[in-house]
Amino acid sequence: MIAHLPVLQVIVPLMAAPICLLLKRAQLVWLFSLITSGLAFLISILLLQQVMATGVISYELGGWQAPWGIEYRIDKLNAFLLLIISAISTIVLFAAQTSIEKEIPKSKHTLFYVLYLLSLTGMLGIVATGDAFNVFVFLEISSLSAYALIALGKDRRALWAAYQYLIMGTIGATFILIGIGLMYQMTGTLNMVDLSQRLPEVAQTRTVFAAFGFVIVGVCLKLALFPLHLWLPNSYAYAPSIVTAFFAATATKVAVYLLIRFTFSVFGVSFSFTTIPLQTLFMALGLVGIFVASTAAIYQKNIKLLFAYSSIAQIGYMIVGFSMATVTGLTATLLHMFNHALMKSAIFLALAAIVYRLGNVQLSSFHGLGRQMPLTMAAIVIGGLSLIGVPLTVGFVSKWYLLMAIIEQGWWPVAVLILLGSLLAVIYVWRIVEVAYFKEPLANQTPVKEAPLFFLIPIWILIIANIYFGIDTRLSVQVAQSAAMTLFGVTP
Amino acid sequence: MVTAVAIVRMKDLFAVVMLLGLYGLLSASFFVAMDAVDVAFTEAAVGAGISTLLMLVVITMTGRREKAKRHKPLLALFIVIITGGLLIYGTLDMPYFGSADAPNHNHVAPRYINDSMKEIGIPNIVTSVLASYRAFDTFGEVVVIFTAGIGVLALLSVTRRPEDDDDIASHNDSMHERHLVIRIVAKMLIPFILLFALYVQFHGDFGPGGGFQAGVIFAAAIILYAMLFGLSAARKAINQAFVQLIAAIGVLLYGCVGIVSMLNGGDFFDYNVLASDPVAGQHLGILLIEWGVGCTVAAVMIIIFFNFAGRREMQQHSGDKSTQNQESP
Repeated sequence: MIAHLPVLQVIVPLMAAPICLLLKRAQLVWLFSLITSGLAFLISILLLQQVMATGVISYELGGWQAPWGIEYRIDKLNAFLLLIISAISTIVLFAAQTSIEKEIPKSKHTLFYVLYLLSLTGMLGIVATGDAFNVFVFLEISSLSAYALIALGKDRRALWAAYQYLIMGTIGATFILIGIGLMYQMTGTLNMVDLSQRLPEVAQTRTVFAAFGFVIVGVCLKLALFPLHLWLPNSYAYAPSIVTAFFAATATKVAVYLLIRFTFSVFGVSFSFTTIPLQTLFMALGLVGIFVASTAAIYQKNIKLLFAYSSIAQIGYMIVGFSMATVTGLTATLLHMFNHALMKSAIFLALAAIVYRLGNVQLSSFHGLGRQMPLTMAAIVIGGLSLIGVPLTVGFVSKWYLLMAIIEQGWWPVAVLILLGSLLAVIYVWRIVEVAYFKEPLANQTPVKEAPLFFLIPIWILIIANIYFGIDTRLSVQVAQSAAMTLFGVTP
Repeated sequence: MVTAVAIVRMKDLFAVVMLLGLYGLLSASFFVAMDAVDVAFTEAAVGAGISTLLMLVVITMTGRREKAKRHKPLLALFIVIITGGLLIYGTLDMPYFGSADAPNHNHVAPRYINDSMKEIGIPNIVTSVLASYRAFDTFGEVVVIFTAGIGVLALLSVTRRPEDDDDIASHNDSMHERHLVIRIVAKMLIPFILLFALYVQFHGDFGPGGGFQAGVIFAAAIILYAMLFGLSAARKAINQAFVQLIAAIGVLLYGCVGIVSMLNGGDFFDYNVLASDPVAGQHLGILLIEWGVGCTVAAVMIIIFFNFAGRREMQQHSGDKSTQNQESP
């Protein structure tokens, strides 16, 4: 079975989804989904081990050789991503049963899990495949299920948010498809490795230039790069809390992965960064994104909305690292993908717990919450510190690598801007701390209890991971670094 | 082109939907002109057929006229022009239409054309590419359709009480009585449509056709029945839970073909190992997955229609009730 691991990674959750539909009983379906997701997590650990030990794994679907058939190609980069996605999915699912009890009508619980698994399948499929068209197919699976999941939110604004996301997401996916079509026209192949070998021949044609443009804009729509981020805040804020926790940690990471995959592996560094002024453009957009989104976050009254804006700012950091096109810069981006997944899933899960107890996440209802739900609030505070980048948390590690990469290039002004951006994070995290710990509960507020264990266990697993990987950076840094080196063709 | 402009300018949504159907049919004929018969068939069945129907159902819920818009979307126009410009710019260096030296005819395609008969043993190359060489993509597409069906179920399904059902049914019966001629003609046609669907299903190996088109045609027959005899009658004939079961089973059937080939020692979707003779294995594999596709597509189309139309009926029904309540005092 070991040889089949790459395909099992995707097939296990995929086949589990229709089986869930047949099982019907919500409790049973939850348990089954949890086991499935756990299995996917296990497979991703095995895959990462195998890749780190022996290098790239290639799997031919249907037994057809690569450019004719579809190939699954696992290297360090996507093994790392598979691990992040399946790990977060499993931890978040643990709390799902309790959380959706209050947010989604009982008759729809089974469908919720089916959609959740499909969305997981889609993301894993996008990451695992080595075929450009296959990326699009799985992108469709993950986006369609994402639209439906977001629209399940209790608030009626969720429908509008999902609709916005649907329009923007569909435009993004169509752009990616047009780009892939143009590439096929010029090279006659859809396999990524094959594309990377055949594209340089035709690199100077306008068709390839247009293909590059369409793919990049399409991917940027999906990853909510400023100024294409408009769909994200509302989708995150009004989706069911559990969905937010899952997507905030994984969905945009998959898009960042696609960006890296297309620019570095398919088009190649020299084409992406010398033919087109991608570097300046992305650096500027990333920095502006950090400032605009962080400032917007400061003024939010809905805490989910606040952290949604913070997510856009964090994407800015990843893009800045990416835009440097150096090994250290890319390492910083990959590290931040891992670390941000840990922080945001912890924070949004804690918010899910607060929604479970309070029914909303308005800042005004946070008065005195520090004493009423001490463990949940402590988790938000530690997650927030990690967002700021305080030492001993994972946030510090990725900021550190990002700054090293910038200083390596000698771009001091950028380094200063990054630090200023972190200060903005201090402000928005402080606003929550101030209300939760230093304000007395309002008179008309009914006191609430601490969150149930089904929330606390996954939240604190994630928080401990936040601190653990902030101190012991061997695993994350080693994988990220060697993945970045492989992308640049440097042998570690 | 004229149709597309007309669609954008029109304010009457009913006409827009009709024109969209026409547009679908026109693109289908384009595809025929480009020798892509399979795509044309799909476009005719989906673009001109089912999607027009579904949009009509939506119009009956939302109303027929578009709201007058107040803003001038200049930024949007600017972006559209840039995108269009980039597309045209991209075409400048493209190989000529039908040119034999175009890269896409010279890299992967020759093997499909020359060897697929030997390796897979069916005359329709399109079917061998999509059902065997790129079976995993097709599997993905089926899952996309399945996802769409689940999404519609999750968002639009309404729980109805039996007494509402009876009310609606009696109301519908009186309405449908008027369409006696159509009803009788449809009753005669439906068996043939179903038969045609089966023909398309099995014929995929030899000519244009296959699970996608067959599924849509099959669903069209059921939808025709539902439109003329009322939704409750159709639901009685085919239970919603049963349709869901079929949708799930379609995906599972497709996936299990892959898993069985994996257990037999091949790669996922390697049909060669399904039977002692590789070509026979390919045949068996393709036959089974086409059934998987057909089941899921038909079931999902029916789910979508049932839920759209079911919601509309509930809307009308509650509307009727409230007018009655207003009149009674």
